[in-house]
Amino acid sequence: MLMCSFSLFAQDYFPSNTGVKSKNTNYTALTNATIHVSPTEVLSNATLLIKDGKVVNVGTSVNIPKNTTTIDVSGKTIYPSFIDIYTTFGVKNPERGGNGPRYGASRSGFYWNDHVMPEQDVMASFKYDSKSATELHKLGFGVVNTHMPDGIVRGTGALIALNNDADNSLRVVDGETTQHFSFRKSVKSRQSYPSSIMGSMALLRQMYNDAKWYAGGNVDTKDLSLEALNKNTSLLQIFEADSRANLLRADKVGDESNVQYTIVGGGDEYERINEVKQTNATIILPIDFRLAYDVENAHLASTLSLSDMRAWNQEPHNPRLLAENGINFALTTHGLKSKKSFKSNLLKAIESGLSKQKALEALTTVPASLLGKSDVLGTLKAGSYANFLITSGDIFEKNTKLFENWVQGEAHVIEDMNTRDIDGDYTFKLAGEDYKLSISGSTSKPNAKLESGDHQLGSKLNYSNDWVNLTFKTADSTKSEFIRVVANAANSNSLNGKAILPNGNELSFFASKASSNEQDDSKKKDKKASEASSESMHPITYPNLAFGFKEQPKSETLLFKNATVWTNENDGVLENTDLLIKNGKISKIGKNLSDKSATVIDATGKHITAGIIDEHSHIAAASINEGGQNSSAEVTIEDVIDDEDINIYRNLAGGVTSIQILHGSANPIGGRSAIIKLKWGESADNLIYDNSPKFIKFALGENVKQSRMSRNERFPQSRMGVEQVFVDYFTRAKAYDDAKKSGKPYRKDAEMEVLAEILNKERFISCHSYVQSEINMLMKVAEQFNFNINTFTHILEGYKVADKMKEHGVGGSTFSDWWAYKYEVNDAIPYNAAIMHSVGVTTAINSDDAEMSRRLNQEAAKSVKYGGVSEEEALKFVTLNPAKLLHLDDRVGSLKVGKDADVVLWSDHPLSVYAKAEKTIIEGVTYFDLERDKQMRKAVRKEKSELINSMLQEKNKGLKTQPIQKKDKELLHCDSMDGEHTTHHH
Amino acid sequence: MKTLKSINIVLLMLCVTLGFSQQTPAPKQTKDFAIVGATAHIGNGDVIENSIIVVSNGKITTIGPEASTPLTRQAMDIIDAKGKHVYPGFIVSNGTLGLVEVDAVKASSDLSEMGTFNPNVRSIIAYNAESKVVESMRPNGVLLGQVVPRGGRITGTSSIVQYDAWNWEDASIKTDDGLHINWPSSFSRGRWWLGEDPGLKPNKNYSAQVKELSDYFAEAKAYNKGSKKDKHLPYEAMSGLFDGSKHLYINADDAKSITDAVNFAKNQGIEKLTIVGGYQAGDVTDVLKQNNVSVMLQRVHSLPELEDHDYDYTFKQAKILVDAGVLVSLETSGQMERMNSRNLPFYAGTTVAHGLTKEQALKLITLNAAKIMGIDDMYGSLEVGKSATLFISEGDALDMRTNKLTHAFIDGRNISLETHQTKLWKRYSEKYENQEVKQK
Repeated sequence: MLMCSFSLFAQDYFPSNTGVKSKNTNYTALTNATIHVSPTEVLSNATLLIKDGKVVNVGTSVNIPKNTTTIDVSGKTIYPSFIDIYTTFGVKNPERGGNGPRYGASRSGFYWNDHVMPEQDVMASFKYDSKSATELHKLGFGVVNTHMPDGIVRGTGALIALNNDADNSLRVVDGETTQHFSFRKSVKSRQSYPSSIMGSMALLRQMYNDAKWYAGGNVDTKDLSLEALNKNTSLLQIFEADSRANLLRADKVGDESNVQYTIVGGGDEYERINEVKQTNATIILPIDFRLAYDVENAHLASTLSLSDMRAWNQEPHNPRLLAENGINFALTTHGLKSKKSFKSNLLKAIESGLSKQKALEALTTVPASLLGKSDVLGTLKAGSYANFLITSGDIFEKNTKLFENWVQGEAHVIEDMNTRDIDGDYTFKLAGEDYKLSISGSTSKPNAKLESGDHQLGSKLNYSNDWVNLTFKTADSTKSEFIRVVANAANSNSLNGKAILPNGNELSFFASKASSNEQDDSKKKDKKASEASSESMHPITYPNLAFGFKEQPKSETLLFKNATVWTNENDGVLENTDLLIKNGKISKIGKNLSDKSATVIDATGKHITAGIIDEHSHIAAASINEGGQNSSAEVTIEDVIDDEDINIYRNLAGGVTSIQILHGSANPIGGRSAIIKLKWGESADNLIYDNSPKFIKFALGENVKQSRMSRNERFPQSRMGVEQVFVDYFTRAKAYDDAKKSGKPYRKDAEMEVLAEILNKERFISCHSYVQSEINMLMKVAEQFNFNINTFTHILEGYKVADKMKEHGVGGSTFSDWWAYKYEVNDAIPYNAAIMHSVGVTTAINSDDAEMSRRLNQEAAKSVKYGGVSEEEALKFVTLNPAKLLHLDDRVGSLKVGKDADVVLWSDHPLSVYAKAEKTIIEGVTYFDLERDKQMRKAVRKEKSELINSMLQEKNKGLKTQPIQKKDKELLHCDSMDGEHTTHHH
Repeated sequence: MKTLKSINIVLLMLCVTLGFSQQTPAPKQTKDFAIVGATAHIGNGDVIENSIIVVSNGKITTIGPEASTPLTRQAMDIIDAKGKHVYPGFIVSNGTLGLVEVDAVKASSDLSEMGTFNPNVRSIIAYNAESKVVESMRPNGVLLGQVVPRGGRITGTSSIVQYDAWNWEDASIKTDDGLHINWPSSFSRGRWWLGEDPGLKPNKNYSAQVKELSDYFAEAKAYNKGSKKDKHLPYEAMSGLFDGSKHLYINADDAKSITDAVNFAKNQGIEKLTIVGGYQAGDVTDVLKQNNVSVMLQRVHSLPELEDHDYDYTFKQAKILVDAGVLVSLETSGQMERMNSRNLPFYAGTTVAHGLTKEQALKLITLNAAKIMGIDDMYGSLEVGKSATLFISEGDALDMRTNKLTHAFIDGRNISLETHQTKLWKRYSEKYENQEVKQK
């Protein structure tokens, strides 16, 4: 069946020293087939005519030239072969370039960051891998796009035909098809920056700025990276995101730089399908559906999270949901731990509702079109490559066989399509014994099982050219004796021949196939099994984990009656008072209020306060530190908000409504903040305040001088150096801003832009600080550049310089009572807040800790104990004062008519250890409700139990399971770096 | 009150004004005193309103309602505590105070020893009686605590100290009270630096690790039955477990580990067992009850371990255990545990918001802790014959708003409530007050 036509493709101008130069100009016709010319066009009884590796004609009345080899494929089906647009075929992963950080680049003549390598050409390291190709043939792939999977900018990819019978001159369909990106650094370089996703995002943005500047001829030196990047802009730009959250991040970066990436997703797009749809990106979709967990051990099973269990149930529905939402996608084998699972997962997706047509498009026409190769790939129209599959029927059915995978007119045989299929259960009698024989895989890897009575007998089966050779052990297990059978299978319902017994006697052998009725029964069983496995989809919640909402709660008109209302305004604390919330705002405060449309809540004996505000939080973020350089003003936490952090919900249960997510303290100039409301269930972008005030984190002391690191490679290493970092950066930012304002062309620098905002008093600094010397220093640096520090956070020695702080006009946001955790907090005292407050510094108490943040009312109460602050003022430490520090006090922080209805209903005095938040409301929406929480607990238990039941069923069916993995989310703190398990420092 | 009028009343001034310099331990009680009029929280669940407490030679000699308790002794100092509250000194379970001064300064840490089996390692000799962190406990009513070595499988031997002492000998109220074990983990983490998945997977070595522990116990037992001619210090240190003179503390958190640990101790014939941590102890109260096992419950102010767990999981565990009749105290281990130990009363307070009564919650950090550690003959409650280790608070001491100490006593010694921190507070408060005066 193999078409020996290798020479056909040898390049014209190559000499031949192995014989005469010859050229095969014959045609090949495949006739009488059902042909899927494209996902939307099926012909029956059709002919496919090919020549020179291309389709010449396809149709039901194709004229077949005389010099044609004809192959009759009646009863069989032909499909265009699949295209995998995202592979690393033929590319070896690069080796790790050592350990430990370095701050400079390791090369010259290229971009300053080693992880940006647009100049990298995959063909330079490409080596055709026929073994992998054969594996891909079995899955139906004929062409793959490949790339070097290393770095943030990875260079160009190439399109390779999986033609095992040609050389690269023919197989390389296009040597430069795509340009590749990711958020992950190259393993080849130790360069520290970027050390976080937000750093990668900032780096990409700056790179695009620099490329534009370079293209404008503004740079005298050579940068081969930027040249390559600019040259590659016409190629398909593929971004490997590998998760829904990163997909949205990648698209955001692209949009800002006028690049529409085609994005490799994570398979979890269904969790926020609307946001994914809004990107307008085409998605390269992995189908790495997780196996059921092995939940037989109840102890271990109890550690499984609902979100992981749900993912098992929901993931197979992802392709369907993308299709239903009109999102364009191509399917890929990327992400599969075993490529072999591609087919079963694809079938699972189809069982879960993905239409076969969509599936075929996602494997043929979509990738072809993305690559700009629709004229030659993806269909079997005339002029296309003769890349097609011959199957026994519908390729998206479980029992369909893939016989041959043709690439560029070369057949790769997977199963001999002319071998008679003798799979089935047979019975025969031999020397008075009854035997049962079941044969499987007869057309590929024949396998036999033989039973006599209750015994399973060892057996071996060979099958070729209609002849079966069967050897099996006799039932007497004490002896090692064999019976040999040779039989012909010409009649598909029986095997006919002879058996040779151990004593040499020969008997005639006749095995008949079990009746078709039984066959039907077993098929029915199969069908039942497959029906059971296509579980109905568990509802998605927002976020999609325990305590998420099936339906987002709405803003309500609420009237609280007869409460103790802590206004934080001149009215002070009002007893027996009503509070009306309407249209998301505080509408009225007073006695005997009424409103017809309001839901009335009896708050007798209860207290109402403004929602708690945490000036210093690290929850709800995917990364916290960009520590790859001593300044990272270009990064922003707004890029990495994690809307699925359960700590949002737990904070709500502690009465918290707003938080500032600060960058960490790894470097003197940190990153920009995200100021968010804890609107549980909303997507990341919707959590951020509208017209959010602009903040940036600075840091001082032990963390920024890397006191506890063994290497001393990054400046600064002392407080002396810290000052110089600030003076240097602000001096440069001033020069930058002057140049910008002068109207002359300038190189746009995101970091300098941010620092200039500080100089222009448009952005505020919240600075991590401990000892008085450095606090004083930063105020003096700011004064030198004519601006003010907004907030000192931690500020544990604030009490020593409270008078200077007051004079400078800076606020203090501190811990209530933390100390002794490192050397620089030796003099931290719990009276700090009280002293700062009494001197006239705007004082807040913050958490920097996901556990403490849910008890900030108690932390405020400690100021009553330590230093005798009045209760009213103490409550302001966690409400109005942080609102002031964040420039949000016109919107939140007190109970005043017209302000946002961000309020908490407490069961008791809000500063008491005995108080519980009963309702936490943001803009009139009740995001936490103690009663609803009880219902949710029950629902979580019930759903987990249902899912465990389904997984047990899966295991009982004999399907594969995976060991339990306990979900543990690392809590992020000031010192946390992406992807590392760090110790806890503040 | 009438009986009082004839007595020569000497009101004690606040300790603050007595001029005790910090870190100078108070001298032995030389004169009897009475605390009059306070609400006395006994520590065993009872409360006496308007109480009289008489202290003599470091011990409580009288306690009862003012109305029915005659007060006749001469030459006695009277502390008028009307409207105030008296509590037994709070006791830190499973603490490490005095073993580390500054967390991030390695040189200041004596927390754990190298190696896996260290039963012979004793925390008491490393206890720093002059720690600034220790003195910061006292103004919150935290006056006693266990000092526990950490690290390894058998971490070592703990002792119990009081927090106002010249040195460790002076501090110790029960030396070498028990041995501590870290039970093998149910889950282990992949070594990410070797490219393994860093996620938590079931610990494959669990059974082997449990067996290793059993074997160690068997060897120790055999050694202690023998002649002991060739000294084996670690095995020798185990002897107290087998003769019942020492307590066994096993750190275990999940339901299975707790159950396995209880069965292990039972098989070893160990009678005094306490589970430390016990995150899921509430799931196995039957096992604990049946085997008479107590629990030092993990820090109340900690996050639920799993995403799916109720937000108040750690807040409400104490209630579950108390309701089931398990003997429970509250332990403090975790991030920044030493300096945070002064928040012990507020850990107890939080359990009140989540189900317990105030007096039940108080037991968790007083009498229950004393019972578990075997010091309840002298400490843990305000009862006649027990040590006068107690304090007076202006208000409810379990609530941070009202926990304001006016006096504290250890063994009747009137201890200083000054600390490094109060000194700085005063120094800088004065600085700013003087500035104001100047400006005026």
